Amino acid sequence: MMSLLVQVLISGLAIGAIYALIAAGFSLLSQGSQTVNFAQGDFVVLPAFVILAANSYGLPIWAGFVIALVVAALVLGVLFKRLMVDPILPHGAMQLSIATMALSIVLQNSMLNVGGAQAFPFPGINGGIHWGNVFIDWQSVTILLTAVAAVTALNLFMGRTRLGRAIQASAQGPQVARLLGINVTRMVLITFVLNAALVTLAALLISPIYLVKFDNGIGIGLAAFSAAIIGGFNQVRGAVVGGLLLGVVQNFAATFGPTQYRDAVPMLLLIIFILFRPQGLLGRAEERRV
Amino acid sequence: MNHPYRVLAIALLLVLVGGVAGFGLKPYPIYLISQWAVYTISAIGLNLTLGYAGQISLAQASFVGIGAYATALLMPHGVPFGVTLVIGAAISFILGVLLGFPALRVQGHYLAFVTLALATIAFLVFRNESWLTNGTSGIDKIVRPFPFTSDLAYLWLCLGSLAIVTLGTWWLLRSPWGRAFLALRENPVRASSLGVDVRMYTLLAFAIGAALGGVSGALFAPLGQYIEPAEFALPLSFSLLLMVVVGGSGSFLGPFLGAMVAVALPEVLRSFQDYYLVIYGVMVILLLVFSPDGLVGLIERAVRRRPVAAPAEPAK
Repeated sequence: MMSLLVQVLISGLAIGAIYALIAAGFSLLSQGSQTVNFAQGDFVVLPAFVILAANSYGLPIWAGFVIALVVAALVLGVLFKRLMVDPILPHGAMQLSIATMALSIVLQNSMLNVGGAQAFPFPGINGGIHWGNVFIDWQSVTILLTAVAAVTALNLFMGRTRLGRAIQASAQGPQVARLLGINVTRMVLITFVLNAALVTLAALLISPIYLVKFDNGIGIGLAAFSAAIIGGFNQVRGAVVGGLLLGVVQNFAATFGPTQYRDAVPMLLLIIFILFRPQGLLGRAEERRV
Repeated sequence: MNHPYRVLAIALLLVLVGGVAGFGLKPYPIYLISQWAVYTISAIGLNLTLGYAGQISLAQASFVGIGAYATALLMPHGVPFGVTLVIGAAISFILGVLLGFPALRVQGHYLAFVTLALATIAFLVFRNESWLTNGTSGIDKIVRPFPFTSDLAYLWLCLGSLAIVTLGTWWLLRSPWGRAFLALRENPVRASSLGVDVRMYTLLAFAIGAALGGVSGALFAPLGQYIEPAEFALPLSFSLLLMVVVGGSGSFLGPFLGAMVAVALPEVLRSFQDYYLVIYGVMVILLLVFSPDGLVGLIERAVRRRPVAAPAEPAK
């Protein structure tokens, strides 16, 4: 029993760490440019398909990952911002959210038509180590370490480097940032590229577990939104706490609860948090603007 | 095009054209027009919530589902269709009030996520509670209410319901209630300082929108005579939301046009087969870029650009 608990905890943390990456990107976008991206889940599936496509041409996974990074930075970063966010945001944040729902339909059906409806296997890491009677698989450990390293790097970048601080300043007070000589437009663009890099990394980590299927983005997106809100919408730290908590709770619910309602767990958490603690675990209460 | 009597006349004319066209058409086009009427009713409801009261809801598909299941489950027990329709609408109305409560606490994107979460849970209930809904196997052989058993007669039932909903909504929007909805969308704080009961109107906007979703569901079930949970999942909510936005959020004729595009496009783009949803999505994005007030806004600008064709409208 104890060994099962530890295993469920570790694989829950691993999944949660990936949610944290996706949620962090989601928060960055919403903070940096009021873009609430309902296609964030599909943003994770697209690079996974790119990696698989590169792999099918005989390229190793790491090369596929590099190609996916470039494609994601261009398509999900620069083009997404230039072609959709920039023209629609002036009409209203809600209009933009609805446009990202349309984008989600576009991405899912493009991947369905190009890739097919089946779930594609994705190479992962086999094996593990027995520690007493607890089995720890390398894959979960690798995912956890990679995701934690990525989030730590992101946090250090945002907090300690000049560029990171400039990005934060642009998000929190664009006018003031502009007065201080910060190129706000470029900072926002960097935010989009950062998000593209985060979802590509998440694609690499999550695909061995969830496989690659055109509509995986729905579930991944819901989990990432929940993680972002549970932790505190506007913070990277919040995304980490929310992601890990959600991953663990979801994994325990899936192991010990009714499987049919597994997907309801993040939704219930989300509703409870929005109603009773909308600022999330780590956030501060937000005033309502008149 | 904004003149209140003119929009009502155009809306009713569309319904009438649909009804008359039914005479000369084969079963499949008749089915499509019926589908248009059913979606339009649902989109009118969502337009009240989103377009007029400014509250986003991603749970409209769940109310369509509730209406559809109420009718499909109760009619075999001898409950007349009219009663099942009212029951479905009433359940949706009550759940709509409950759905409105989060809207009193949170706004905008938070509300979108709450309704998204509730819609996901509703779908899981439809799917998992097989004792009630027959699960993923769905419910088949749903009979149409007498005397609307033929395709043509059922088309008229759908269009007749749409006409009633159209008149009711038109009246509602012209009444002090409708004006309160608008005040709520434009500036909730000012509305409340002018004595509009923000709480009540927010809840009502959700409840009435939801009830119309229920009505549309009641008509939906006997139309295809088969329902299953996946039909009422998130994609339908997205699709209804896009209908409202494509037509023109907050405009009376918006849902009519938006639903028309959603029903006709797959047929028009038939040669593109599976790519039609990609094309649809791209069109929606382009529309949001170039005409945020949807097709109605696009048409209005086109009409206004040709002052010879249309007499000058009174200044607003």
